Amino acid sequence: MAPPRNRRPGFSRRAQYSLFLAYVGLVGGALIGAALLLLSTFQPAAYGAVRGFFAEITTPISSGLTWVRDGIMSVPTTISNNWNVSSENVRLRKQIKDDEALVMRARTLNQENRRLREMVKLRDANTEAVVAARLVNSSAMSTRRYATLNAGSWQGVKHGMPVREPDGLVGQVLETSPNTARVLLVVDPESVIPVRRTRDGLPAIAAGRGDGLLDIRSASIAGVPLMAGDVFVTSGTGGVFPPNIPVARVMQSARDTAIAQPTANPDTLDFALVLQSFLPPPPPPAEAKPGDAKK
Amino acid sequence: MRRPPEFIPLGRTERPPRSIWLAPLSVALGSLVTIVPMVATIPILPPFGLMILLGWRLHRADSLRVWAPAPLGLFDDIVTGQPIGAAMLFWTLCFLMIDVIDTRIVWRNFLQNWLIATGAIAGCLLLTRFVASPFGAHVDTALVLQILVSVALFPLIARFCAWLDRDVRET
Repeated sequence: MAPPRNRRPGFSRRAQYSLFLAYVGLVGGALIGAALLLLSTFQPAAYGAVRGFFAEITTPISSGLTWVRDGIMSVPTTISNNWNVSSENVRLRKQIKDDEALVMRARTLNQENRRLREMVKLRDANTEAVVAARLVNSSAMSTRRYATLNAGSWQGVKHGMPVREPDGLVGQVLETSPNTARVLLVVDPESVIPVRRTRDGLPAIAAGRGDGLLDIRSASIAGVPLMAGDVFVTSGTGGVFPPNIPVARVMQSARDTAIAQPTANPDTLDFALVLQSFLPPPPPPAEAKPGDAKK
Repeated sequence: MRRPPEFIPLGRTERPPRSIWLAPLSVALGSLVTIVPMVATIPILPPFGLMILLGWRLHRADSLRVWAPAPLGLFDDIVTGQPIGAAMLFWTLCFLMIDVIDTRIVWRNFLQNWLIATGAIAGCLLLTRFVASPFGAHVDTALVLQILVSVALFPLIARFCAWLDRDVRET
């Protein structure tokens, strides 16, 4: 059908004007949206305060839902634990006996290691945890991979701090509000982490792909074979991530660029540790003297 | 459900339908579905805010204010982690397109509405993907799945919006 020639809602001036103004509002909204979009493309951190304000409200709800979910999910485990407790007991006793020798050996090695480190005066980097908190929700509707951490600047979390799980690196703090923080996960398509191979220290870069996996790119000579099963840990280059946190395991052998699976699984939603940045951030550049700017 | 006509004395206006506040509220709650306790590694949730918005708009043209998609889109951007301004712009463009379609195809059946919603959902998700993620990111398979799931869920959302809007008197 052809569009009607007359788009007026009637003879009432008031109705005509209010319809016109409504469309002015719609188009104006689109233009403001486009301007905001440009700003967020070139200055992604510009809206941290706004997002933080809403995260302060939604994060407690998410945490509450997490408790509910965990409560429901733990029921089957608790029941089966009750049934299996006696057989488990026998198995664990046997395991303790088997492990005794191993523990003794590990203790000796640990002591020896400490002594050797003292001898070569290795400075232990500050890898203390700032806080342990939960990752409560994530940007599940978006192609970007952000998660919300249930701790913020009041708990000592700062921009740029690494976040890890017992299994490996989870990501890096991007924005903080008083009680929440926004974490860029390692699988995000814009996340890049300097890593090295555990086997021989080969330097590489772990870049997120966006589909839950990582790309491992060799950062040294060309034609490096990456074998399936190679484990990559953070190298400490750049000074953000402390060294030796597991990051990824290569899935298929390839040259130079291989697909790898992250070792930390954020889906499990257990506690995550926020660590200090490995090295303190560089001091701000010296203030320019007032005379320098004039030319 | 048809109700007996209400007696409205002269000089009084009709009580406005509850969609005036219920429609924006339901769209905002749809956007807030993203706070479910789950850390996803791929885009896994359909864009419920957009789907509910389209459900209301395609169910009844005057259920929302004409300018409603701009503030609702801004709220969606803030809570879902998309770049701010993306939904604000693309949702508004969807409404403008639907307004144009309204003048061309006036009497539509649900299949046509579903087709319009498919175009709007796919368009918004794809445009937002190109704005949000770098061009070479491997998110496209997951994105296609997300679009398919959203389109398949749209009839349910449309029924839900119609059910929320059931207090409007048929004339």
